[in-house]
Amino acid sequence: MPHDHHDHLSPSGHPYRADDDTALSYWQSMEIAVRELLLEKSITTPAEIAAQIDAMDARSPANGAALVARAWCDPDFKERLLKDGSAASRELGFDVGPMLLIAVENTANIHNIIVCTLCSCYPRNLLGLPPDWYKSRAYRSRTVKEPRKVLSEFGVALPEGTHIRVHDSTADMRYVVIPARPNGTDKMSESELAKLVTRDSMIGTGLPKTVSA
Amino acid sequence: MGGQDAGPICDDQHDFSLWEKRVDALMILCSGKGYFTVDGLRRALEDMGEAAFEDMSYYERWIAAINQNLIEKGAYSLEELGAKMAEVQVRGQTYGEASLGE
Repeated sequence: MPHDHHDHLSPSGHPYRADDDTALSYWQSMEIAVRELLLEKSITTPAEIAAQIDAMDARSPANGAALVARAWCDPDFKERLLKDGSAASRELGFDVGPMLLIAVENTANIHNIIVCTLCSCYPRNLLGLPPDWYKSRAYRSRTVKEPRKVLSEFGVALPEGTHIRVHDSTADMRYVVIPARPNGTDKMSESELAKLVTRDSMIGTGLPKTVSA
Repeated sequence: MGGQDAGPICDDQHDFSLWEKRVDALMILCSGKGYFTVDGLRRALEDMGEAAFEDMSYYERWIAAINQNLIEKGAYSLEELGAKMAEVQVRGQTYGEASLGE
């Protein structure tokens, strides 16, 4: 648990946020108080909270990668995905709730990148929880203003002629980028292709992995 | 926010701690039960002013917004919250102690 570690690193090697090493914060005490009040008033149960956290932990970019790989392999599916992202996701068992999911496709001339300038709207059901940088003030401020520079900081250098489309998510609308299928992957299976699809390639701050010829 | 100048994008990544996951879970559960909408949360966040976006962490802002909406909806009163927070804060020094080891 965060409060009894010794080396300041989590099991996955990431540093814990300073909060966890210091005294109980005001806001943490508010979370405990709100949770206990909701339980006392039977608005929710410990089991519901635990199940929600488990579901959250289970979602990962592998969901989105499966969706992209299917779109690469099945032109009809891709057409349905571009037309109605929410319905096409449900075909693969990924329910995006009442939200409208819009899939945007990268092509030879167009590169898409998604951001939420308001807060952190993110296609969680397809990608899991957003990375910290996605929620950062710097990413949210600058992506709409100087996307090419932001992309270069992520190591993505696009040709001069490539149009960059920035999509600003809203509370009711989520975007996912369908990256362009890498060259030399014609013989790969759908599951092999899914392994090439990185989280960042579906946000637009990265490209899929390439295969050596 | 959108379009403003800002420094480099920091790619530090931390594992979400338990209290942050719980805030996230409470947000989804309570909105599913009709206690607030995303718009209600959004309004509470905007009302915090720009300083909150510098001084508070992401989930700190969320628990504040969730709490405000729950009180407005009558899930519990401000007095109940105050009493519970005071009770929580004297339980111990750390989150684990204050959360009774849960």
